Amino acid sequence: MTTHGTHTSLGLDSRKMAFWAFIGSECLLFTSLISTYLVYKGRSVVGPYPHEILNIPFTSVSTFDLLMSSLMMVLALAAVQRGDMKWGKIWLFCTALLGLVFLGGQVIEFTEFVHKGLTLQTNLFGCTFFVLTGTHGAHVTVGVLWLLTLWVRALQGKLTSANAMTVEITGLYWHFVDVVWIVIFTVVYLIQ
Amino acid sequence: MRKRFWVLTAALAGSGCGGPFPQSALHPHSDFARASDVLFTDIFWWAAAVFVVVEALLVVALIRFRHREGRPAPTPTHGHTLMEIAWTLAPAVILVFVAVPTVRTIFATAGGAPADAVKVQVIGHQWWWEFKYPDLALTTANEMHVPVGKPVRVAITSADVIHSFWVPPLGGKRDAIPGQTNYIAFQADSEGDYSGQCAEFCGASHANMRLRVVVESDSEFGRWATVQLAGPAAPTPRTAAERGKAVFARSACIGCHTIQGVSPGVIGPNLTHVGGRTTIASGLFPNDSAHLARWIADAPSLKPGALMTRMQPPLTDADIAALVAYLQSLK
Amino acid sequence: MKSWLTTTDHKRIGLLYFFTAFAFFLIGGIEALVIRAQLAQPNGHLVTAETYNQLFTMHGTTMVFLALMPLSASFFNYIVPLQIGARDVAFPRLNAFSYWVFLLGGLFLNASWFVGPLFHAGVLNVAPDGGWFGYANLTERQFSPGPNIDFWLLGLQILGISSLAAGFNFIVTILNLRAPGMRMMRVPAFTWMTLVTQFLVITAFPVITVALAFLMFDRFFGTHFYVSQAGATPILWQHLFWLFGHPEVYILILPAMGIVSEVLPTFARKPLFGYTVVVYSGILIGFMGWGVWSHHMFSVGLGPIADSVFSATTMLIAVPTGVKIFNWIATLWGGDIRGTTALHFAVGFIAMFIIGGLSGVTHASPPADLQQTDTYYVVAHIHYVLFGGTIMGLFAGIYYWWPKMTGRLLSEALGKWHFWLQFVGMNLAFFPMHLIGLLGMPRRIYTYSPELGVSDLNLLSTIGAFLIALSILVFVVNIVRTRRRGQRAGNDPWGGATLEWSISSPPPVYNFSVIPTVANRLPRWKTEHHEPMRDPPGTPPAPIHVPGGSWWPMLAALGLPILALAPLTHTLWIAFVGVAVLLAGIYLWAFEPFDV
Repeated sequence: MTTHGTHTSLGLDSRKMAFWAFIGSECLLFTSLISTYLVYKGRSVVGPYPHEILNIPFTSVSTFDLLMSSLMMVLALAAVQRGDMKWGKIWLFCTALLGLVFLGGQVIEFTEFVHKGLTLQTNLFGCTFFVLTGTHGAHVTVGVLWLLTLWVRALQGKLTSANAMTVEITGLYWHFVDVVWIVIFTVVYLIQ
Repeated sequence: MRKRFWVLTAALAGSGCGGPFPQSALHPHSDFARASDVLFTDIFWWAAAVFVVVEALLVVALIRFRHREGRPAPTPTHGHTLMEIAWTLAPAVILVFVAVPTVRTIFATAGGAPADAVKVQVIGHQWWWEFKYPDLALTTANEMHVPVGKPVRVAITSADVIHSFWVPPLGGKRDAIPGQTNYIAFQADSEGDYSGQCAEFCGASHANMRLRVVVESDSEFGRWATVQLAGPAAPTPRTAAERGKAVFARSACIGCHTIQGVSPGVIGPNLTHVGGRTTIASGLFPNDSAHLARWIADAPSLKPGALMTRMQPPLTDADIAALVAYLQSLK
Repeated sequence: MKSWLTTTDHKRIGLLYFFTAFAFFLIGGIEALVIRAQLAQPNGHLVTAETYNQLFTMHGTTMVFLALMPLSASFFNYIVPLQIGARDVAFPRLNAFSYWVFLLGGLFLNASWFVGPLFHAGVLNVAPDGGWFGYANLTERQFSPGPNIDFWLLGLQILGISSLAAGFNFIVTILNLRAPGMRMMRVPAFTWMTLVTQFLVITAFPVITVALAFLMFDRFFGTHFYVSQAGATPILWQHLFWLFGHPEVYILILPAMGIVSEVLPTFARKPLFGYTVVVYSGILIGFMGWGVWSHHMFSVGLGPIADSVFSATTMLIAVPTGVKIFNWIATLWGGDIRGTTALHFAVGFIAMFIIGGLSGVTHASPPADLQQTDTYYVVAHIHYVLFGGTIMGLFAGIYYWWPKMTGRLLSEALGKWHFWLQFVGMNLAFFPMHLIGLLGMPRRIYTYSPELGVSDLNLLSTIGAFLIALSILVFVVNIVRTRRRGQRAGNDPWGGATLEWSISSPPPVYNFSVIPTVANRLPRWKTEHHEPMRDPPGTPPAPIHVPGGSWWPMLAALGLPILALAPLTHTLWIAFVGVAVLLAGIYLWAFEPFDV
């Protein structure tokens, strides 16, 4: 966006620094959401309760899928950095695709929960679960849109190794979203 | 600045005597209120001393070093480590002197009371107070009676939004929170009528959610409790009060108000002995026939947002007069 | 006109911030005057209970989010790049975006005064009425069914985005765009306090975003985040709100502390005493500000242990604050003090902030606080801190930097009138409130009984409020008069030490014809160690590329209030329009050729 190749006091790209600040801010957002989930854990007055409804094997697959997408992201960045736009395009697309698969999994999971009687309004578990995982899902959605935008730019030949910083920042975001999911998966699904 | 300092000092010095301030925290009348007041006075004098010293330094600096023609350029000093250490430590030491009595008072006023304390349950409603005495099995509203010189334990909760129970002469406030019970304990040390008020913003008529605490001798308290426990006075036959009872029984009143043996409503204040209270509408008006009549006719115009709406169809003036007579007979 | 709408120049955006925030400050002030008129006598009936509740809610919300924060932001924008020797902020278009989001968010909130008829209610009926602190569960749909609270929570969400965007921008600007040689410990104190403030913004605002999102879900989608019947507790709101709210207090006061740390040295002709200590205590206040939130909740019943802990942390935070005050006095000590209007306000800040700080210590002690919280005593405290403190500090900044921003000096004579009227007015308005509170008057009540014995004190307070209004009127006259008849300022009317005084007033669009190289903390002063630096030449040696304007930040910003209209009107398609506008703005912005 700005300050390409200009002097910076800390020798760090300004966009990248802004993005680290943004991630710091996002950490507080997710900390607030996760803390609320924990504070309200076990306080629902009616069911369904977490142990009756959470499908750990299914979500483990989703989690693995998201982890793999992070790997794809690493490969995409490496390819763009070395100027290999052919593989850059492929890996970017794969990252976005695995992101879409994760979102699909979330849609299936949410639908199943609603059928089993857990909605946003049912109980405190429903409120905190859907708002927490939904906020994360919204972040994944933004990431997928962003990745697809880069992919289209790459197809048009407008994304080259000169834009490696753009891909690096996208990667920062994507890895952050992935790490947040690991925390959510641990807190919500594994520690019941 | 000095002047302001003396205004507050004068007000504090006057805090020992009674006087025309029925809701003042500076005129404590219980152990709890006194503990807060002693602590506040303590901190106030520390603060006053710091205030005088620091503001004096500021004023002296301004006068002594004001610009004068021919004054040589100031020496560009950048700091002084010893001074920095000194003025970091000085406030820290003062704060220790404040913190120790603070923590001691926190634990002393944490709401504990002996088992034989008079127990009162306070329930905040938009916009009135309900008082229950579980040991005596009685319920009243807006005027709380407690015996002087006996420990009282107040359990505070809310039926709707967050309120805060505050009677400054008897102690600090505690929030009335739905789904939670908070406690305060106090022992009033002089008889009298003390006023209090909801202290947490709770909607349209937050300003109109007042209350009274009557601190009376043990025997008077006993008499009051006996009266409250008895059923409502039966109206004298063929009087306005008797007609009023009939109006009450056939009107919407019964949906919300309890009069023991007459109606079971629990949304509004219990009226079994409403005639014996000194005020109506949660401490807003004196309990006289003129105010009572206006209140029955159109409560929301006297108390914005009041849930007691105008009755449809409206009561006739004669009906209202009869109702007033009936309610006033319920001593 | 177009050049102002599309501007990405930090100086123009700074001026836009100033005039917009000042307009909101006047609106918030008028609300305060109506409040004081109502309370001038017991049983007042100038306005109804419902109107009064909207007035005090909007007064608080407006002053915090639409006046004080953006007035500080106007100085961040205008002065920070100049103080660090930069040509602009790191992200000029993001900066424009912050401004437009702020403006639209402010208009969105204030529109609530007039749009009642659209919601089958009268004018002056649907403005927010739950207090600036919006405590759940009063703000739940069950107890506040109208659109009032919707306006409030959606407006605050919009404004939060503005603050966050500005936060990222200024952190990067200060860390990354400093002139060569300007190490962190050479950064001017105001810029340092700006940096601390921005870190607080980016960490505190996400917390209130979540609190507001929960409230939004409760109100629009039937969740139970604050509903006790469902096993939840309304106290969660208070924890989240004050986790944000206390850092927010420092977001409001630290910039003013920074301004005072610039004004005092200039007019005492002496370097800031204990620069390092002032900077570190600012950072320390920023950190400690996160550990004191529950002192707003002593009456909630958190238990004696929690009360003791939060009491201790709160008392502790008084230490770095006191250290700053001593350093300011030591800066004056031994100086050659010129009594300009800016200095008057800076000294006024110190004198009043001491009172606010000391009354703060009295409610750091929970048993004392239980008699003070939610009474006029606390109203007195916050106004000594935020009016005597922040506003006085901001006016010090205005009188100090106005010549830099406009090229003309404000009248010193009118300035003194302004200061003394305001100083007397604020003490008359706010000092009696200490007593009013201790004598038993709660805050946020539209009427009070004459029996309380606080009627005379209230009348005094109202007279003070109108004196403050008069002082602001004098200031407005001063601005208007200066525009045409003000004395020309030249580069440096005060003999300042920092870089902004080395260039013309107002500065050229590129700020510095040559980026200066900084060798010490007071580049423009002669001290025992060094000679003053040479100012950059008036004309640049080579053409300087200046980025053009952009419409797209404004377009993206416009998407947010449109999006907010969807829940407000319960109309789904408006949400799609809002998202489309937002995305269109972002994409056009991202792919617009724009080089700094």
